Amino acid sequence: MEPVVHLAGVVAVLGGFPVLAGADLRVERGEILLLRGPNGAGKTSLLRLCAGLLPVERGDATVLGCDLAADRTAVRNRVGLLGHANGLYADLSVADNVAFWGATVGASAEEVAASLDRMGLSGRLAPVPVSRLSAGQRRRTALACLVARRAELWLLDEPHAGLDAAGRDDLDATLRDAAAAGATVMVASHELERAGALATRVVEIVGGQVRE
Amino acid sequence: MSTWRIARLIAAKDLRIELRSRVVTNQVLPFAALVMVMFAFALDNDAVLTRVAPGLVWLATMFSMLVLVQRTFAVESADGALDALQVAGVRPGGIFLGKSLALAVELAVLEVVLLIAAVVLYQADVAGSGVVLLVATFVAATTGLAFVGTLYGGLAAGAKGRETLLPLLMLPVVAPVLIGATRATEAAFGTNGATSSEGWPWVGLLVLFAALFGLGGTLAFGSLIDE
Repeated sequence: MEPVVHLAGVVAVLGGFPVLAGADLRVERGEILLLRGPNGAGKTSLLRLCAGLLPVERGDATVLGCDLAADRTAVRNRVGLLGHANGLYADLSVADNVAFWGATVGASAEEVAASLDRMGLSGRLAPVPVSRLSAGQRRRTALACLVARRAELWLLDEPHAGLDAAGRDDLDATLRDAAAAGATVMVASHELERAGALATRVVEIVGGQVRE
Repeated sequence: MSTWRIARLIAAKDLRIELRSRVVTNQVLPFAALVMVMFAFALDNDAVLTRVAPGLVWLATMFSMLVLVQRTFAVESADGALDALQVAGVRPGGIFLGKSLALAVELAVLEVVLLIAAVVLYQADVAGSGVVLLVATFVAATTGLAFVGTLYGGLAAGAKGRETLLPLLMLPVVAPVLIGATRATEAAFGTNGATSSEGWPWVGLLVLFAALFGLGGTLAFGSLIDE
């Protein structure tokens, strides 16, 4: 079966600095892959490259069957990236945010409601403006948006940051459910104990290269 | 999703944000009204004010539009939503048209308030035959301004010092709108004996300007907001 992510000797440059220096990686469908490594090693850049946000300078990069070197925009509506920012609109309510991001892929009202429910946001939090939420609640809202967008490849950068114990458990359960349903998950995290228990495979990023 | 459906989705979202935050009604409209009052204080001559009323309306519109454009992109960049829209594969042309549509609606509300202020403060008067010209001028100029504002707002969104960069980039570009809209509004008001027929060529210029920036923006917006 064709891998979801296939990188071979990928070089990516940001601001004249090589952030990926010959990265090789193969990720199969349904995997939960933990990317670990020191700050500045290239974890975030690898996720952004897989999301089609960072251009491929050299090498072969295929994500969900799309050749990123030829057209990195084609893969975008099939991946979900949750980076350091949540991508939420502070003046809109939790429900409005999830409905908006769901609508970008044509999600139904039932799918939006299920996404809110899955992340424990369907009760009193649904009508609350995002500006009034805690950091953990915002993170949960952002994850509900990813669920509503039906992403095939989830790219998560420090997803546990700011979540309380219940939120972390919800997140782990959501990621396991997503993987069981056929989605593929790549998580960059410094929280090795928590993310390591969740992952089905761990790789290390050092100096812009991937080590198994 | 089609570009037009994306545009409607983005416009509805932007307008909902403005309805919830009330930045337009609580900050931009009072600012625009204050500018009109300050012009009246500075010129302090009824005859002069009546003569320059069309230009003052459009100057106040453009100053206020700078605030609106910065606001419309601040909500996108505050929590990385513009990045998220790109990752979501939302068509850039749809984002451009949607944000332009929402900005045009906000500008239209602003212009109605400024027009009323011009009538009350500067004794501006619209003759019966000038109403159609005035409406056409406002529609064409508002459309052009919304396209330019969205295009340059997107260009400045990721730049350092975007608050000061935006006026520097945008004001020279909208100079043709300022000139054309002022002349057409003068014709609608009958300022200095101008007649309605003198205003229509200026409306043509405004329509051409809007068409050029609408087409250019729809095609180029993706490259502008991409890394």
